[in-house]
Amino acid sequence: MSSHANRRSLFDGKIVRRAFFDAFAKLSPRLMMKNPVMFVVEIGSALTTILLIADFATHKTGLRFNLQITLWLWFTVLFANFAEAMAEGRGKAQADALRQAKSETTAYRIIKGEVHEIPSSQLRVDDVVRVTAGQMIPGDGEVIEGVASVDESAITGESAPVIREAGGDRSAVTGGTRVLSDVITVRITSNPGETFLDRMIALVEGAERQKTPNEIALNILLAGLTIIFLLAVVTLQPFAVYSGAQQTIFVLISLLVCLIPTTIGGLLSAIGIAGMDRLVQHNVLATSGRAVEAAGDINTLLLDKTGTITIGNRQASEFVAAPGIDERTLADAAQLSSLSDETPEGRSIVVLAKEKYNLRGRELAHLNAEFVPFSAITRMSGIEVDGRSIRKGAVDAIASYLQQHGSGLPTEVRASVEKIARSGGTPLVVAENGCALGVIHLKDVVKGGMRERFDQLRAMGIRTVMITGDNPLTAAAIAREAGVDDFLAEAKPKDKMDLIKREQADGKLVAMTGDGTNDAPALAQADVGVAMNSGTQAAKEAGNMVDLDSNPTKLIEVVAIGKQLLMTRGALTTFSIANDVAKYFAIIPAMFAGVFPVLNALNVMHLHNAESAVLSAVIFNALIIVGLIPLALRGVSYRPMSAAALLRRNLLVYGLGGIIVPFIGIKAIDMAITALHLA
Amino acid sequence: MSLNGWLQITLFIAAVLLLAKPMGIYLTRVFNRSSTFLDPILLPCERFLYRLTGVNPEQEMRWTEYATAMLVFSAATMLLTYLVERLQHILPLNPQHLPNVEPFLALNTAVSFTTNTNWQSYVPEATMSYLTQMLALATHNFWSAAVGMSLAIAFIRGIARRESKTLGNFWVDLTRGIFWVLLPISIVFSLALVSQGVVQNLRPYDTSKLVEPQISISSDGKTSTITTQTIAQGPVASQEAIKMLGTNGGGFFNANSAHPFENPTPLTNFLQMLAIFLIPAGLTVTLGQMVGSPTHGWAVLAAMVVLWFAGTFTCYWAESQPNLMLHGVNQHVSELQSGGNMEGKEVRFGITNSALFATVTTDASCGAVNAMHDSFMPLGGMVPMVNILLGEIVFGGVGAGLYGMLIFVIIAVFIAGLMVGRTPEYLGKKIEAYDVQMSMLYLLIFPLIILGFAAISVLMPTIGLASLANHGPHGLSEILYAYTSATGNNGSAFAGLNANTPWYNNSLSVAMFFGRFMMIIPMLGVAGNLAGKKIVPASAGTFPVTTPLFTLLLTGVILIVGALTFFPALSLGPILEHLLLRAGHAF
Repeated sequence: MSSHANRRSLFDGKIVRRAFFDAFAKLSPRLMMKNPVMFVVEIGSALTTILLIADFATHKTGLRFNLQITLWLWFTVLFANFAEAMAEGRGKAQADALRQAKSETTAYRIIKGEVHEIPSSQLRVDDVVRVTAGQMIPGDGEVIEGVASVDESAITGESAPVIREAGGDRSAVTGGTRVLSDVITVRITSNPGETFLDRMIALVEGAERQKTPNEIALNILLAGLTIIFLLAVVTLQPFAVYSGAQQTIFVLISLLVCLIPTTIGGLLSAIGIAGMDRLVQHNVLATSGRAVEAAGDINTLLLDKTGTITIGNRQASEFVAAPGIDERTLADAAQLSSLSDETPEGRSIVVLAKEKYNLRGRELAHLNAEFVPFSAITRMSGIEVDGRSIRKGAVDAIASYLQQHGSGLPTEVRASVEKIARSGGTPLVVAENGCALGVIHLKDVVKGGMRERFDQLRAMGIRTVMITGDNPLTAAAIAREAGVDDFLAEAKPKDKMDLIKREQADGKLVAMTGDGTNDAPALAQADVGVAMNSGTQAAKEAGNMVDLDSNPTKLIEVVAIGKQLLMTRGALTTFSIANDVAKYFAIIPAMFAGVFPVLNALNVMHLHNAESAVLSAVIFNALIIVGLIPLALRGVSYRPMSAAALLRRNLLVYGLGGIIVPFIGIKAIDMAITALHLA
Repeated sequence: MSLNGWLQITLFIAAVLLLAKPMGIYLTRVFNRSSTFLDPILLPCERFLYRLTGVNPEQEMRWTEYATAMLVFSAATMLLTYLVERLQHILPLNPQHLPNVEPFLALNTAVSFTTNTNWQSYVPEATMSYLTQMLALATHNFWSAAVGMSLAIAFIRGIARRESKTLGNFWVDLTRGIFWVLLPISIVFSLALVSQGVVQNLRPYDTSKLVEPQISISSDGKTSTITTQTIAQGPVASQEAIKMLGTNGGGFFNANSAHPFENPTPLTNFLQMLAIFLIPAGLTVTLGQMVGSPTHGWAVLAAMVVLWFAGTFTCYWAESQPNLMLHGVNQHVSELQSGGNMEGKEVRFGITNSALFATVTTDASCGAVNAMHDSFMPLGGMVPMVNILLGEIVFGGVGAGLYGMLIFVIIAVFIAGLMVGRTPEYLGKKIEAYDVQMSMLYLLIFPLIILGFAAISVLMPTIGLASLANHGPHGLSEILYAYTSATGNNGSAFAGLNANTPWYNNSLSVAMFFGRFMMIIPMLGVAGNLAGKKIVPASAGTFPVTTPLFTLLLTGVILIVGALTFFPALSLGPILEHLLLRAGHAF
């Protein structure tokens, strides 16, 4: 399914309405304290409000200006709260969609062989339930008996049913999914409210959101800058008094609020929540924000060959006939021998023969043939039809079979076998009536577009390593074809683990995907471990992300989302700090030109008067938060390129742009409020 | 501005850049304890010193131990200086029979020299005996410079080492800095200065008859005729060399490098400026060498050169302007005069070398002066102040400049590093919460102390404003400059402010102390934390710290974070004064 299916419009009416009210609820100082920058703005707003009331009571002049300043200061806080509420609202909407899958169902609990009907909310760990076709699975669990097809579209969006069976890597079932056929017995593995889905929903909603390491560091930087500018503004008043140009508290607080990094301070948590949200839109759930951040830092990507880089199964790609044998004869024999071979390889041989020589697949029943199934002893399969005895199998198996018939494997055939093996393919030799006909080239087919993706990853500085159980020769050939940087052949789970540890010892961060129980230790060890939703419970517990679509290639998108999250933070921080230049040129001359008209030389924007200048800067400062909400929620645009190129581009856009934009914005606002006679 | 002036400025920076590489490579060898050509003489001395003091040179120190050793050493040397000052009357080498130094002044001076500030609230030739100058002050010039260099090396090790708990051995770094670097260069430099006429003796002061007697009118209206002049003497050359090389700046005479016995010729002036930048420029190359990325060292040096040029250009331009208040006076450049604003400048240096010297001495934390910054044009005088306010990271003090610059590098990498979509990395080290926290603490000290004390001073008319010679924006500049110079450990004075009062002596002592040690401790904390980290290998995704773009970014962050902090205060000081002067008001 498309990974964009869950995308919703940025300003969904319902979400906006809810966010509007949440913005006020978030004014509680207890909540504001978590954000030092905006907390300072709130204190400033409260202070000006008190002074305004006092001014009003004593009929002081300048009420119109002071009132406007006070209002815009409150708007600054509210806009920031609104941004956070918007991000949370979008998260909640996602969570609601997920939660629908979790409505109360009836469970059929088995105790000592008897079935009891109870509400699913009363199920506890280790309870055993029976689920029959048409019923909802009442909770997360593991199939302990039976096999069934399950509709998991409620959580994955994928409409095709999946098979769930006892034992092995396909035993995990998720609460809220529906059994379509057969009966399974499930052992419940989590209590209600603690299921996998519950935890994920809580995270998406932002209820359990904890600040990520990078967010903490950035918060410290912003708090530090706030203190620096606080010092600059607090000490300015004595200097102003000395110079005979004392300032009002309203103007000083305006200057402070304009200087402290409110833009990034107001949008920081929204950026974090939106990052999680984007991941969910791609149908990936993360167990922590930390994992999303780590995804951006990945140095090495471990990708399983099968299913990720290649399309899962080997396919016949070529018939190489033995000397003196017509290729068509070989294809015909190969097709015949594969007619009842239901493996993907077998089917691909039938298809290739049809494509190349227009040989149509024949029905076995009509042929009166006898099928020889593959056995571990002969290691061959084949067919007996019309006196023809066709066999196909691995080289050494066929070689010994031919020897029994008094002939041997021709050297030419042996040479083709070696050539195919060297190129990364798997040779299957076909023999008829004790005589070798030729070789079928079974090939791993690399998915389309993989090479381009690996090139992009390389440009981003990420090394890809292919993990495969194949022999080194085959692995090398596929690695070359797919364009990965490195490969691990004949990999056992322990080798994977060792590779991760080795990379991490070098200071690198490693990401991988996995689904089996034997992947669990490696998934836990990796910095980003994406478990497939189709995988076992153990794998899902071990990883820090779950892909509901079970699409291993998505790891690449996950990395991009992580990078985008960090870039958005950096871009808005840079923008916020660069904004200060223009604000100085607006406010400083406005503060002092009354007493020292020469300072009007600094009024490079030619703002109308002192009041309009201060007001314009404060309004710009508030409006830019709203203006940047879409950017914070969507993330800055990201195309894979080298760090140097990214830096150049973003510095130009957000650094230089951050210096220029406020000059234009403040001037425009000044013209507007002058026209409206507000100052 | 003239072609001749620009040629001199170009010659100067060319010499600095030419010497940077050999100096940097030499410093790397010294602090890595590799072999150098001075080893045959110095190794035995080093070994003897360690045996004498019981130092085990192989023992590595954690950052806390390194900081403790540094603090203990600084405290001990500060106490020694205080005692020598307080007892100079009974100690030898006092031919002028100068009395003991007053307690507050003695403390201020001890703090001043320990912190590499060399702020002088006194007239040296009338206050300090030869023994005090040599034993207490000149030795401090070596010690405080070597301490700064050790700290910079410790910081570089923090960046270069991987998963290490330690930063080296303070005693070894200190010893090698003095023996291998400061002493040999100072000896050669002193001899060069003597050859140009800088004095070096222990004689009592000379008295000579004036060719043209002067009439003096005292404040109560009495007139007297002055017929003789006292000419101060002393071991000047030996102190002058380390004063410049160690970016100390404490003059042997009150007139500092404007005095003909300290800085007699254009050549000595050139060498003195070169000596200020010699080690700081070399250390950037050392940085590149020790972290294994020579280009990064050059990128940092490039940022310094850009900021140096901006300062030099502004100051030279401002001082070349004719003073608008001198109507009808020819102030143009000609063969017979320097032109421009010559008030408070030496004729033998002229506009170019006064402006360049003022920029260089405040880029670095030297503080020696060859012209009176107080008499500069408002914007010309703002350049030294801004240079110090930026944190003296343009070349900067010996060692202190580099570690200050590296704190800015960390902040720049953190802010912009996010924009490449990774947790910010500096040379493979991840910049995390602790590093940001310590770096911000470092950056907080400057505005806290400078703006804080200046604000308190202007609020107290009897204590803070009474010592001001000027009012209006120039008066504010004088107070701001004093705290800026002290906190920045520069030591140059804007004059016009009598700082030898209990309030200024004590608050400036606190400013110097905090400006040095309260910044060193978080800086070492960052170094210690960085040393313990893994090094992420470089890839295409790594934040580039070797490109011109990085230099531009670093410069931008320094200007925005550094200068914007002080813009409001400056706008009421030098900027306002400049605009008022153009409108015809002087202060």
